[in-house]
Formats: sequence, C-alpha cells, structure tokens
Amino acid sequence: MSELIVKNLQVSVETDAGSKEILRGVDLTVKSGETHAIMGPNGSGKSTLAYSIAGHPKYTITGGSVTLDGKDLLEMSVDERAKAGLFLAMQYPVEVPGVSVSNFLRTAVTAIRGEAPKVRTWVGEVKEAMAALNMDTAFSERNVNEGFSGGEKKRHEILQMELLRPKIAILDETDSGLDVDALRIVSEGVNRVKANSDLGVMLITHYTRILRYIKPDFVHVFANGKIVEAGGPELANKLEEQGYAAYTTA
Amino acid sequence: MSTLTTNYLAPSGREEAWRFTPLKRLGGLQIPETSTTSEISFTVKSGASSQVVFKEIDSADLTPSYDSDDLITKRVRQEVARTSLLTIAKDAELTEPIILGRYCTGKPQVSRLVIEAGVNSVSTVIIENSGDAQIGEEIEIIVSAGAKLNFVTLQEWSSDAIHLGQHHALIAKDGEFNSYVITVGGSVVRLNPTVDFTGEGANANLFGLYFATAGQHLEHRIHVDHKIANAKSRVNYKGALSGKDAHTVWIGDVFIHKGADGTDTYELNRNLLLTDGARADSVPNLEIETGEIVGAGHASTTGRFDDEQLFYLQSRGIPSELARRLVIRGFFAEIISKLSNETIEERIMDRIDNELSKVGV
Ligand SMILES: Nc1ncnc2c1ncn2[C@@H]1O[C@H](COP(=O)(O)OP(=O)(O)OP(=O)(O)O)[C@@H](O)[C@H]1O
Ligand SMILES: [Mg+2]
Repeated sequence: MSELIVKNLQVSVETDAGSKEILRGVDLTVKSGETHAIMGPNGSGKSTLAYSIAGHPKYTITGGSVTLDGKDLLEMSVDERAKAGLFLAMQYPVEVPGVSVSNFLRTAVTAIRGEAPKVRTWVGEVKEAMAALNMDTAFSERNVNEGFSGGEKKRHEILQMELLRPKIAILDETDSGLDVDALRIVSEGVNRVKANSDLGVMLITHYTRILRYIKPDFVHVFANGKIVEAGGPELANKLEEQGYAAYTTA
Repeated sequence: MSTLTTNYLAPSGREEAWRFTPLKRLGGLQIPETSTTSEISFTVKSGASSQVVFKEIDSADLTPSYDSDDLITKRVRQEVARTSLLTIAKDAELTEPIILGRYCTGKPQVSRLVIEAGVNSVSTVIIENSGDAQIGEEIEIIVSAGAKLNFVTLQEWSSDAIHLGQHHALIAKDGEFNSYVITVGGSVVRLNPTVDFTGEGANANLFGLYFATAGQHLEHRIHVDHKIANAKSRVNYKGALSGKDAHTVWIGDVFIHKGADGTDTYELNRNLLLTDGARADSVPNLEIETGEIVGAGHASTTGRFDDEQLFYLQSRGIPSELARRLVIRGFFAEIISKLSNETIEERIMDRIDNELSKVGV
C-alpha cells in the first residue's frame, strides 16, 4: 500500500522578468489502486505539478511538501524519486539522439530494480510488453523518441511504465494525440499495470474519452495553480458540458 | 638525421592558418633549427596479405603528387629521408583491416606515409598512434579509380604529445574515400585532412570525433577542393570538451571551383561543452564559384548538455552520472557506429568514459 501526499505545494519558475508563481498551494493524496483525474484549462499548472513532483530542475519549490510512503520526495534527486516508485509519463517525451530504446530500457530497468535483468527473460519481457502495446519490435533499435510520431511516443511512455513497475504514476496528457485504437490500447496498458500491481494513478487530461477506459475514482478541477474542486466521475461530465468558466472567472 | 638551417619552416604566429594554435607548445616543431629524425616508426600489426605491400623507400624516389602550402608538410618533405609506402593491389577486396601501429617516444620526428589503394580495390587502413610524440607528418592517400578506402586514424597519444600533420586524399573517378579522424590524446594535435578530386563520380566522407580535456588543444582543419564536376563530399565532425582550457578548433573549408558542376557537399560540426572554462572554435567556410550544383550547405553548433534529455533519463531511475555518459555516448554514436569495427568502437568509448570519470562528469 503506497501513498503520495502533496501538501500545500507552491512552485515558481525563474523568468527573465523575475520569479513567477505557478502553483499556489496544491493539496492531493493518491493511494495505491486509486485513479485521480486532474482536469483544468491550458496553462493552469498541471504539467508544473507533474514535473515538480518528479523533480525537474526548472521549477523552484517555494513551499509545501511531497512525500511518498512517508519519505520526502523533494529531498531526493530525480533518479531517487523514480527508484522510490514514482513514474512520470510526459506530455512531451524527449528525444535522446544516439541512445537506442533497448539500451535505454535495459539501463533504466537495471537502475530501478537494482540489478541487471536476466538476459534469458529480459528479451522476452520487452517483446511481450511491446506486443501488448501494438509496438513493432523494430522500435528497440531506434533512438529514444527520435522521429517517433506523437502517438508512438505516448505508447513508449506506457511501455516504460509497464517495465519499471512504479507504485504511483503521473500520466500527463498521455491521451493527447492518440487515435481511437491507440487510446484503447494505451488505456488497456494502464489498466493492466493497475490490475497487476495496484498502481496509483494521477491522470492529467483534457478529455473525458480516456476516462471511459480508465475509470477515475476522483476528479479534481485544477485552475490557476491549485485544485479548486474535487468530486467523483460525474464531475468530469459536468466539466465537459460547461467548461471551466465557473472556475476561472471567479 | 638531417639538420635544416636554410629555410625557416615553422609557423611564426603571423600566418592566418596558425592563429588558433599555441605555438609556444610545439616543442622542436616550432624551432626550425631542431634536427628531426625520420626513422620509420610504423609497424604492420595486422592485415598483411599478398595483396598488401608495406615498404620503406628513399623519399627522393617518390615525389609528392600534389602541392601543399602547409608549413609542416613542407618541412616534412625537406627533412624526411625515408618514406613508408603502403600499396593495396588492384581489385583486392580485403575483409580484414590493415592496422599500422605507431608508438613514439617524444623525439622531434618527421614522417611521410603514402597509401595507394589500387583500381577497384576495397580496403580499410587503420593507423593507431600512441606514446609521447613530437611529430610532423604527411600522409598522402591515393584512391584510384573505382577504389573504396576506409581510412581511420586514431590519436591516442599520451598527454604530452605534439602531433602536427596533413592527410591529403586524391580521389579518382568513382573512387570512395571514407575517413575517420579520432583524436582523444595529446597535448597539441593539429591535423589538416584535405581532399582533391581527380575524377568525376568521386566521393569523400570525412568523419571526425575529438574529446579535449583540461589543457588539451585539438585542432582539425578540413579543406575540400571541388575542382572536378559531379563529385560529392560530406563532412561530419563531433567534439566534446571538458575542463579548464580544453580547446578545440574546427575549420571546414569547402571550395567549389568554376566548372565543378553537379557538386554535392555538406559539412557539419557539433561541439558539446561539458564544463565551464573550455572553448570550441568552429569555422565553416563554403565558397561557391558555380551555380550548377546539386547542393551545398554547412552547419555548426556548440552547446551544453540538454537538461531535458538528462531529466528524461534520470526520471527513469538512471543516476545523473550515467545519464550524462549515455548522452555523450549518444552524441558520438553517429560517428562511432560508422566505423563498423566493434573492437575499436568499444575502445574509443572506453577511453571517453575514462576521461569522463577523471573529470567527474
Ligand atoms: N519559463 C517560464 N516562463 C514563464 N512562464 C512559464 C515558464 N514555464 C512555465 N510557465 C507558465 O506556467 C504556466 C503553467 O504551465 P503548465 O505547463 O504547467 O500548464 P498546463 O496546465 O500543463 O497546460 P496545458 O494544458 O496546456 O498542458 C503557463 O502559463 C506557462 O506559460
Ligand atoms: Mg501540460
């Protein structure tokens, strides 16, 4: 049983015009097995929240705390957070020239599991995970995300999640840019990991269509740097019909 | 031994071509009166066969087939008593690379090597430089019609070595010359890979990799002359620098002369600055005298580690040091993988890893 607790998190970024406040006190708890959908307008700070929890150097934490199973994530380096069981599927996965997917996956899995995977089982494990996500095995030999289409990048993120077996995953707009079939395949991937490992999920999205596949237990409305309302799955439908005007003009 | 007192064949510091080079650090090669030895220091480490001849001859018996205005080449030609000649027979298709090893001991030295790849031959020649050198060298590479020659020169010198030289390729009709200049060792290394096409359909691919650590000066001055129509050239050099006063220089001169219609050329230089205090000079220069070309372009970039790449790798549990190594290995992979020789690929990557761990990257 794992628990990610975000308390009164305040974050700013340095800009040419000085420091700019983006997160203004975020409170959120995600436990194993739970799925929390985070919905909110563009620029409200959803990715900032995701990156700050994962430890991106661009963001300065000015207040609050983030713990995973009681351990202070904010004190940890980025890789330590991943080893502690955190995974971030990025909105814009990064290309890494010259580093093959197979080398990358093997290095990451070795780092997270603390030992190199057994050669005998590893190849099969990767193949199987790729097949389940409808990814051609040829991707293994390509460079990380280089020249991948938008949808291919997103599948590659979920492939990593399957192999790294995190406790808590933050999925930042993993559904954006996916065609109908890919959305189903990727959602099934997430559900498979949830079923196998009791994963806790923080799902950042703009659309309810992914929520038809990955059922949220909670829906949070994110606006202007914090969570302004929380409810059950029905809240997502209300947002889809009425938009965010009620939250942003107040 | 020969002693030279008549001509002053050493850079004075006023020459444009030497403006980046730290002349005070050139040892005996900066002082024209220094006597040099021209003892042959190559040994054939592997790849000998009936279709390969390696011998020493009197330099006078092999006149250079091109003019050079390079001061070091001129000095080498004046002072070098014996020349090494490597000949690859016509139509030979060699699967095993010919490896010429050279271990130098730090005496002022001049060296001249001529490589002749016979008509329609296919071969790979690898030169492995190690030890502590003070060497001025000229390598003349003749790629005959239809021949394909892969030429690799590894500068794995120890940290005090000085290596100045010109590697000139003459590529005949439909010949293909692939060169890989890998410079990781030495105090001052200054190499001029130059290319002349002598027949149409000739093709030159010049790749380079260099890695300079604190105090090292690594300079590569490429010059490709397109005087003949329908020849193609590609230049791609990548360098990384780390530590105080690590200095690299890359000059890429490509000239497309009148009449060289159908020329196709592109040159690229990328530098990765791993720490403060290092400096990469990069000067691409393209001159075009004819409009009837297929393509001509150049690009040069010098940048730091991409934080987004490092964050991405680290967010997958990969520690920062390993993430940096992956990114650097990835940066060089484009060049290294073209070597198609796993032993050498691994050796160069290991060497780079070693240098990286020394500087704590
Ligand atoms: N370096 C920066 N300088 C100025 N503003 C910045 C900088 N970095 C981020 N921001 C701002 O922070 C705000 C939050 O950005 P963030 O990416 O977290 O939004 P988001 O909710 O994920 O939006 P979207 O739905 O479009 O993905 C935006 O207004 C963005 O412009
Ligand atoms: Mg976002």
